[in-house]
Amino acid sequence: MDLFEWQAKELFGKYAVPITRQVVVTTAEQARAAAEHLGGPVMVKAQVKAGGRGKAGGVKYAATPDDAEKHARAILGMQIKGLTVHTVLISEAADIGAEYYFSFLLDRGNRTYLAMCSAEGGMEIEQLAVEKPEALARVPVDPVAGVDEAKALEIAEKGALPENIRDQAVDVIVKLWDVFISEEATLVEVNPLVRTPDGQVLALDGKVTLDDNAAFRHGDVHDAYRDNSATDPLEVRAKEKGLNYVKLEGSVGIIGNGAGLVMSTLDVVAYAGEELAGTAGKGVRPANFLDIGGGASAEVMANGLEIVLSDPAVKSVFVNVFGGITSCDAVANGIISALGLLEGRGEELTRPLVVRLDGNNADEGRRILAEAGHPMVEQVDTMDGAARRAAELAATGSGA
Amino acid sequence: MAIWLDESSKVIVQGITGSEGTKHTRRMVASGTNVVGGVNPRKAGADVDGIPVFATVGEAMKETGANVSVVFVPPAFAKDAAIEAIDAQIELLVVITEGIPVQDTAYFFAYSRETGRLSSTNERSSTRIIGPNCPGIISPGKSNAGIIPADITQPGRIGLVSKSGTLTYQMMYELRDIGFSSCVGIGGDPVVGTTHIDCLRAFQDDPETDAIVMIGEIGGDAEERAADFIKSNVTKPVVGYVAGFTAPEGKTMGHAGAIVSGSSGTAAAKQQALEAVGVRVGRTPSEAAALMREAARSANVSGQNS
Repeated sequence: MDLFEWQAKELFGKYAVPITRQVVVTTAEQARAAAEHLGGPVMVKAQVKAGGRGKAGGVKYAATPDDAEKHARAILGMQIKGLTVHTVLISEAADIGAEYYFSFLLDRGNRTYLAMCSAEGGMEIEQLAVEKPEALARVPVDPVAGVDEAKALEIAEKGALPENIRDQAVDVIVKLWDVFISEEATLVEVNPLVRTPDGQVLALDGKVTLDDNAAFRHGDVHDAYRDNSATDPLEVRAKEKGLNYVKLEGSVGIIGNGAGLVMSTLDVVAYAGEELAGTAGKGVRPANFLDIGGGASAEVMANGLEIVLSDPAVKSVFVNVFGGITSCDAVANGIISALGLLEGRGEELTRPLVVRLDGNNADEGRRILAEAGHPMVEQVDTMDGAARRAAELAATGSGA
Repeated sequence: MAIWLDESSKVIVQGITGSEGTKHTRRMVASGTNVVGGVNPRKAGADVDGIPVFATVGEAMKETGANVSVVFVPPAFAKDAAIEAIDAQIELLVVITEGIPVQDTAYFFAYSRETGRLSSTNERSSTRIIGPNCPGIISPGKSNAGIIPADITQPGRIGLVSKSGTLTYQMMYELRDIGFSSCVGIGGDPVVGTTHIDCLRAFQDDPETDAIVMIGEIGGDAEERAADFIKSNVTKPVVGYVAGFTAPEGKTMGHAGAIVSGSSGTAAAKQQALEAVGVRVGRTPSEAAALMREAARSANVSGQNS
């Protein structure tokens, strides 16, 4: 889970990482009140989970509460990289003497952590890495040994942070490590980390990604910071049912077992759509990702079908199951019971379902489905063939 | 030979008394695996279908000579279970559990690297970890450590490495007439104990493997690294498949590690990297299987029954 800047800095505050005082608001009037409360000049900052907010006009300096109100009015509702600004952060404006870059992150490739540190802060890290790679220190951090003051000093030195702030920087680095480990983050980034003219070190912006797998140990923080406003309502509903669903922009609904197989199914449907393009199939794409897992029980199948069919863009559904641990006869019975469950919920199947069963006991599974003879269910024996059929049906069918 | 797991492997199951642990222990036994024990500190002295349950991994190893452990314990306890097995110096640790916090995995992986084991040849070596969030490893006809269905394929001379469980099964099934030496599901988490490269190296060195199928998916740069490795180290034919061309940026696709971040981790980049070093990459799993069939024919890899 990616956090907003205000959430990241709130977490920093909990671990005594020095930040400026801040208030989060959702209206221009609140922005004025916040600026009055903080006293003195403030920054008005759009809260969206995307970079390039400054360039988009989403970050403004306000010398007075009047200005804060005016800027907040302009920024609220603004679109930045396709995201609508619903909240703005009002934070004390700090005088900046110098800007630095600092982050801790998970280094997947090397299966360890990485500290990145640079005396050249303020610009986007991707840009810094390309334009001045020599100015960006990358220091591996052993997950067992962690970061103590000596390690923090090594990082600060390699990042060429100036000597006059090194003690403070070491202190901040150790505290940021505490944030990284204690909150189970996969990214803690401060850009810029600044030195004020009077020699203070401050985290002026923050980016934190928390590990979703660790939510069971940090329920309070994850619940408090979860933001469903930018999440597709179907994704929210699917999550409540414990389903792994991602909404996409196509017309072929996809249900499969296993993340890899489902990703593969999306691709195969997209290829089939491309092949149809030029004829009736122009624009046929997968409508979603949905992994119902290895078990593929009737209830999970029914819940999955319900979510997929709730998407009005879906014109056909491709159920792609490889019977490995669960054999195909069980899956076939699951599909039939699922259709019964759906009808019981008043959701009769009105869009065609293409089913491909393969693997363990495939013949028996296919026989069961064929005998059930549901008018909207069609079987195709191969994954590529079934994808083609589902794409055709989506292209030609009028749907519900 | 096969890699890392064969008919001489003695397997224990951590979490054998849980429902998943018991179910898959039975499946492992049914497919010919020598399961010699289980571990559950609260049920020591009990048994599962006659398989004795021990209090600790160390005790189970001492009593049975086990050299492989398969972990089914829930995410919250997986780190401790892994560390216990590493401390006991198990040779191979297969972590099936899905949903382990990545800092736990990073910790026990680093710990395994630092807790060397003195092997019979007096060389320091670490516990090999496969997973987490993986289906395990099978050497068909010899041994099966994990949840891979054993009856969808047969022994043969292809090696298979994959991030995904069901794509592993799909490929095993498509090429069941040729058969496999070993199939390794390395798992879909951001940090895994065994990488594509580890498997490629082992398959290259395995005299019972003639050709290799490598299945990747979006996220990270493991496939790109594997391509580099293949270029200078692998002489056996390699066929690839990559899933996730249609995955949108910034969305996790089922596996915790399957995410395109910005322009990195895309399927297209992985395919390009593999093709640049001469690996033929199928557009669909079936096409990859067909490419493997072709490669096997020209390399004279034959199925047991053909």
